[in-house]
Amino acid sequence: MRDVLALCDALFPAGHDARLEGGRVVGTGRTRDTEVAVVGTHAHAAIGADLAFALAGDVLAIMEDHPGRPILMLVDTQGQNLSRRDEMLGNPGYLAHLAKCFEVARRRGHRILALVYGEAVSGGFLALGMTADEAYATPDAQVRVMALPAMSRITQIPVERLEELCRTSPIFGPGAQNYEKLGCLEAVWHGDLAEALAAALARPARGDRRRSLGAERGGRLAANDVVERLLREP
Amino acid sequence: MSAGYLEATARQRVARFFDAGSVHEWLGPSARVTSPHLAALGMPAAFDDGVATGRATLAGRPVYFAAQEPEFMGGAVGEVHGAKLTGVLLRAARDRPDGVVLLLDTGGVRLHEANAGLVAIAEIQRAVFEARLAGVPVVAVCAGSNGCYGGIGIVARGCDRIVMTEEGRLSVSGPEVIEAHRGVEEFDARDRALVWRTMGGKHRYLLGEADALVEDRFEALREAVVPYLGHARPLDLDSVRAEHEALGRRLARFGEAPDSLDIWSALGVADPARVPMLEPGPFVEMAAPLRERADA
Repeated sequence: MRDVLALCDALFPAGHDARLEGGRVVGTGRTRDTEVAVVGTHAHAAIGADLAFALAGDVLAIMEDHPGRPILMLVDTQGQNLSRRDEMLGNPGYLAHLAKCFEVARRRGHRILALVYGEAVSGGFLALGMTADEAYATPDAQVRVMALPAMSRITQIPVERLEELCRTSPIFGPGAQNYEKLGCLEAVWHGDLAEALAAALARPARGDRRRSLGAERGGRLAANDVVERLLREP
Repeated sequence: MSAGYLEATARQRVARFFDAGSVHEWLGPSARVTSPHLAALGMPAAFDDGVATGRATLAGRPVYFAAQEPEFMGGAVGEVHGAKLTGVLLRAARDRPDGVVLLLDTGGVRLHEANAGLVAIAEIQRAVFEARLAGVPVVAVCAGSNGCYGGIGIVARGCDRIVMTEEGRLSVSGPEVIEAHRGVEEFDARDRALVWRTMGGKHRYLLGEADALVEDRFEALREAVVPYLGHARPLDLDSVRAEHEALGRRLARFGEAPDSLDIWSALGVADPARVPMLEPGPFVEMAAPLRERADA
């Protein structure tokens, strides 16, 4: 697993002031062209009501203090916090609030990228990561819904069969490459991270292209077709 | 056929929820749009992949709808199922009907299509925002037998409004998932009273997670949804600021509460232990002046 501040050093060779606050990482980095607001999590933080609320506060502060500044989400989350307390307090509302804050930032002209550098799992990834204009990942990122043994228990499909299916289909297995093939990740950043970030920031946002990317890459052949067909139905 | 919404199938719900004879399906069962992934696993498919989508009228007003079929894989979201929901919402953003009504009834991601299901939910979430930003109100009805769980619980709270029944449940992690990960001391999934008071409609209404709480009758659900048609709520800096303030207040007031009963007591509910026994009408009469709000 990568240390998130070392990751920031690699992303922002011109400097950054990223710091850790509980499970969050916040700050500002400088690329050769622009300043970038950093908002994210580290140490596989589980996103419950308190953390989602604090992250939403970070996004609101960016909108208020630095209108239009690009935002980079740094994602390392084991998912939503699995606890009675968080659900009692209304975790759907807190996670959705975080998603809404990113959506409002997008509409106000903030370019929003995500980089998965640790784990990205289920509900946590829905609110932090998949709410970006585009999500990227480092090659070692662990993106998943759940681990294969747990999936096997619930689906009653033997683990050996799931492992076999993972070899031919990107829909079961964890990993950045699978999510790239599904179109969920725009790309996996293999080389120089600072270069990759600057290049991504230089491109304009193009709307939600995930289903068409999934079709182009052969990882998700049905989704785009179904949406297009439904739009044409009489 | 029972009188209630809870036990009805998706098509019974659609037929009885919307104006009689007004329902027109898009990619209905005759289109045979099925899951390629279930087929690859040798599992039975549904010709609509477990969700009915289309247009109808509600109290004479044009609406688009999606209704998850509770009996097909627990209403879970696979690639095709999710794409149909996304399609309805994007079509609404394009055509601007008076509203989109989502009859949600789901455990979340369909694990047989794991990664594709998760991406599908992210696309639905984005499409909800597209519809809202086009001025189309999106109303989620969480009143089904499977509840409204997983990523779809997050999607529901991204909609303009949520209408629930006491039996409907809204949560990200379900009781069984919490128990499996954290133990029975954290959450005894077989304790139905605990499930209702932690995730059920009455608690969600008191907390401000749900906008309306009605009885399990089609007429009551319709009457709750109709006033929301044509009235999109803003999704802008002011609205997320207001929500932030409300959600911060909720954490400050109830963050240390050990149980929902303590939250209800702190809200000023005179006899929290009686809340589960109250009929929806008297409950709302009691709760409306006391409840927290996420939007005010």
